[in-house]
Amino acid sequence: MIVIGVGNELRRDDGAGPAVVDELRSRPLEGATLAVSDGEPSRLLDLWAGADLAVVVDAVPSTDEPGRVRELDAVSGAVSDTSSHALGLGVATRLGEALGRMPATMRIYLIEGTDFGFGPGLSPPVVRAVSEVADRITALSRETRR
Amino acid sequence: MTHRERTLRVGALARVEGQGAMYVRARDGRVEEVRLDIYEPPRFFEAFLRGRAHTEPPDITARICGICPVAYQMSACRAIEAACGVTVSEPLEALRRLLYCGEWIESHTLHIYLLHAPDFLGYPGAVEMARDHRQVLERGLALKKAGNTIMELIGGRPIHPINVRVGGFYRAPTRAELTALTEPLRRALDHALATVEWVAGFAMPEDRLEHEFLALTADVYPIEGGVPRTTGGRTFEVADFEDHIIEEQVPHSTALHARLAGGGRYLTGPLARYALNRDRLSPLARDAARTAGLGQVCRNPFQSIVVRAVEVVYAVEEALRLIEAYRPPPGPFVAVPPRAGIGHGATEAPRGVLFHRYELDPAGVIGSARIVPPTSQNQAAIEDDMRAVVQARLELDDDALTAVCERAIRNYDPCISCATHFLDLTVERS
Repeated sequence: MIVIGVGNELRRDDGAGPAVVDELRSRPLEGATLAVSDGEPSRLLDLWAGADLAVVVDAVPSTDEPGRVRELDAVSGAVSDTSSHALGLGVATRLGEALGRMPATMRIYLIEGTDFGFGPGLSPPVVRAVSEVADRITALSRETRR
Repeated sequence: MTHRERTLRVGALARVEGQGAMYVRARDGRVEEVRLDIYEPPRFFEAFLRGRAHTEPPDITARICGICPVAYQMSACRAIEAACGVTVSEPLEALRRLLYCGEWIESHTLHIYLLHAPDFLGYPGAVEMARDHRQVLERGLALKKAGNTIMELIGGRPIHPINVRVGGFYRAPTRAELTALTEPLRRALDHALATVEWVAGFAMPEDRLEHEFLALTADVYPIEGGVPRTTGGRTFEVADFEDHIIEEQVPHSTALHARLAGGGRYLTGPLARYALNRDRLSPLARDAARTAGLGQVCRNPFQSIVVRAVEVVYAVEEALRLIEAYRPPPGPFVAVPPRAGIGHGATEAPRGVLFHRYELDPAGVIGSARIVPPTSQNQAAIEDDMRAVVQARLELDDDALTAVCERAIRNYDPCISCATHFLDLTVERS
């Protein structure tokens, strides 16, 4: 299992993915690799190719409910390229599919943010969402070890 | 021309490197206005840097760009060391050059395979291209990974390296660690040569730039330093950069436009480097360039993809040479005690000359900082080229014209987000 936090800690809520990874570092998940990425597709492919389970956490602009968490899988889910970095997760998944470089299973958590300005720090709803997603990944890790 | 007045507006894109927007207005068959607006975050970074310690710019400025953090780190180190009167020893310089080769390989390969090649092969993007050209994409990713591996080993991690410090590195790799990169890099050299052959076969639209070129020049092909020179014959010291390069505010953009003092717009980047340093390429890279049909100078911006591919050949070969010659330095860094002064640094980022200046107080606290990235230097030249591209193709419908404009922008690889398929078009007719 690999957990990848996608985003930029210096663009406010875009740092949600790396923040989840940071939180998981304080509660080690057995057998899990933790990584952060700027979302550049080839690096993502290198990280998740061959993994049994890849969990990717990214931030997306919120339409109406900041802090909402959407959970989907890359193959059937509609991952759009709305993040503020690089080509985005959507391109990476489609490229991975075209090249046969996807993990066996993928789980994606999208955290809706509101502030993508310059500087560190998450908005309060995103801070809460980060904890929630870390909890969900911890539970997922336990399930997969059974 | 169906419409008397025609306006193409292009949507904005937000990312670390900047926001891009494009605006074209034509009237009665004549292009009246072309604007490429790129918001310029380094201005914020210049403000962030004030009051920080002289040891901090390599880490802070690395965050300006996820694609070329090493360029920012290297220019920052050069400038700070110049301010403090410190010269880094030869083994550390070589290690810096090796790290920088990794970034060139990675950045150029990303642009060639994922951003630029789909234009030539008629695909909307890399994903669609990958479905028909899987082996080619695999080759590109393998080549890019060779660059990543260098970055990870010497830089400490593949993005935003953490092992670079003023005076050198926190830790120098062992010879065995570097030697382990030899085999992957030998395979990468084959991939790089195949890449040149591949892109040389693309149909190239006709275009010719008349701008002056600006690049660093040195005894070797310039990467981690050199002396600025132009194709017009101007040469100056890095410390005099601000006397020769004038940045001006333009009404339509928060970014500054650059021009040569007493002259006009100019272009920096692969075409400029090649024009001013072709003879310093390795024999293998020169031969690849010749076989690909490049002359002494290449002025067709669409062919920049070929020049980048040639530079990848050079960077891989240079990395192999540096690894072969590597002997660990006596220490991973040299001390850089602070002193009051002003220091300047310039290196060749994948996209062109990247200039830094820092003013330090006696304790090393930064009083002022200036960063001139290649993208802003090229902005006026890109606009001028866009004007010619649009003027020559006004008969195209809006979709086709927008696509051509996107291609023209991507020729310059302004940054990953600006160079990708970002344009949402609004057409206003009257």
